[in-house]
Amino acid sequence: METYSLLRAFADSWHLLFMFCFFIGVFVYILRPGGKKVHEDTANMIFRNDDKPAAEDNRKRHAGHADLREAK
Amino acid sequence: MLGYIKLAVLGFAVVVAAVAAGLARDLSYQIHALIFMVSAAIAFIWLIRRVGEPAPVVDPNTYMDGPVRFGVIATAFWGVVGFLVGVVIAFQLAFPYLNFEWAQGFLNFGRLRPLHTSAVIFAFGGNALIATAFFVVQRTSAARLWGGGLAWFVFWGYQVFILLAATGYVTGSTQGNEYAEPEWLADLWLTIVWVAFLAIYMGTLIKRREPHIYVANWFYLAFIVTVAMLHLINNVQIPVSFLGSSSVPVWSGVQSAMIQWWYGHNAVGFFLTAGFLGMMYYFIPKQAERPVYSYKLSIMHFWALIFLYIWAGPHHLHYTALPDWAQTLGMTFSIMLWMPSWGGMINGLMTLSGAWDKLRTDPIIRMMVVAVGFYGMATFEGPMMSIKAVNSLSHYTDWTIGHVHSGALGWNGMITFGALYYLVPKLWQREGLYSLRLVSWHFWLATIGIVLYAASMWVTGIMEGLMWREVDAQGFLVNSFADTVAAKFPMYVVRGLGGTLFLAGAIIMCYNLWKTVTSTAERKPASAGAAVPAE
Repeated sequence: METYSLLRAFADSWHLLFMFCFFIGVFVYILRPGGKKVHEDTANMIFRNDDKPAAEDNRKRHAGHADLREAK
Repeated sequence: MLGYIKLAVLGFAVVVAAVAAGLARDLSYQIHALIFMVSAAIAFIWLIRRVGEPAPVVDPNTYMDGPVRFGVIATAFWGVVGFLVGVVIAFQLAFPYLNFEWAQGFLNFGRLRPLHTSAVIFAFGGNALIATAFFVVQRTSAARLWGGGLAWFVFWGYQVFILLAATGYVTGSTQGNEYAEPEWLADLWLTIVWVAFLAIYMGTLIKRREPHIYVANWFYLAFIVTVAMLHLINNVQIPVSFLGSSSVPVWSGVQSAMIQWWYGHNAVGFFLTAGFLGMMYYFIPKQAERPVYSYKLSIMHFWALIFLYIWAGPHHLHYTALPDWAQTLGMTFSIMLWMPSWGGMINGLMTLSGAWDKLRTDPIIRMMVVAVGFYGMATFEGPMMSIKAVNSLSHYTDWTIGHVHSGALGWNGMITFGALYYLVPKLWQREGLYSLRLVSWHFWLATIGIVLYAASMWVTGIMEGLMWREVDAQGFLVNSFADTVAAKFPMYVVRGLGGTLFLAGAIIMCYNLWKTVTSTAERKPASAGAAVPAE
């Protein structure tokens, strides 16, 4: 099979399926029940660290941590 | 040691550029070599004057706002230049004798048109995107910009690219690809600058001190990565000579057309949409002082937008030699784009829910909301125009130009103005803007200007589309092309006036921002006690 036909056949079968599933998967992941706290925290992130960088690395912090919610 | 390497490289670059300027085969290349020579010489002198000085101490606990400040100035400057050239060419179309005989070959419509489009998109829009990207990524990553002085290289390197492109257009160096006119030398230079931009952005995200990457950064990153990909693929050209500006494209025929409009439409989708949505998702919540209406919706907006936009390009090639299936594909994906576009618009507007009173009191918010409104209108109009039946009327008419400008002036322009009004007091530590009245003036001048522009182009576009297809009882065309040109005259004058109002608003903005920096009280430095702890 020539390269064009091979790639073309792959593109409109398996790769199309992959992209479709990925796309649906993203939406399922966004709407997962546990995402609410993470999204709430992230949406409010812009109101922190306005004038200077964070003093410590907060990456390990749990987004749903109780004292975080109090800070708001 | 690094300093000496830099000096050696810059000195070498000056010599090479000088030799290239001497041996140049055409005027554009000669000018470009001279621009490189002068830029390298300036950098060389700047560096050599600082040899032996102790390296400046950089406090890692501050944000790097120098390049953002310069970017804001460059945005305002190139904005006024780009709008001015736009007004000039609008009146050149209405009054052809403004293509002066003495300026033929340099300042006639054909040379100035790409100067206008690139000045507003890449110089005004590009500087706004780079400056706000640097600002937003630091604040949302809670980390200083990665790469030290590299951000300065990106800023100045991008200005050099703008000069290369602008001088190239005026002296006639072009690839003939719309929005991708710069020739191979400028393209290579932009590639280097863009890779540095990507490295800084990624580097800052990687060393972030926040657990999540805020959605604005996703849009900015999609903009940076996709533009890099588009730029590389649409500019595969073989230079005729290393001492001349012209080059030969590798793509040909319908493939070339398809790649060009894949590039062209995604330049709209990722440069003028994704990048500016990054601005929207940061500056509107900040100015409204409330988080974005739905963070979930913003992520859906992102994924749907990038998945769909990339396929929409073929709608620029309806009824051409492009295969029918590709045209239909382009049309279908364009129509599907309604969903994410309107989802994003609703998200932006609803961010104000519960704070609608700010529309009355805060002209900056008003500007941003109108920007989002124009985003919604332009993204409604675009898919509609991509429908083949509509396109058979609208294609090649002024309707397209009207559509582009309601998006570019309304969405890109207004959201950038809003961001500039937000940024300047912040970056120069001012209490607030010099005058909110002047912001209101800017708002109304710009809005009325856009309405005049879009309305006149709708009228003239649909009129000429109908005149072109009008046939008499025997099946002969009724109108000659010159008839349509004559009929369009009044609308062309109105369009020029609309552009003049928009330009006047931008000049008022520059005055207002200048006075903000020079004549308003300094903001008290944020005291340690007032800072809100992260935890």
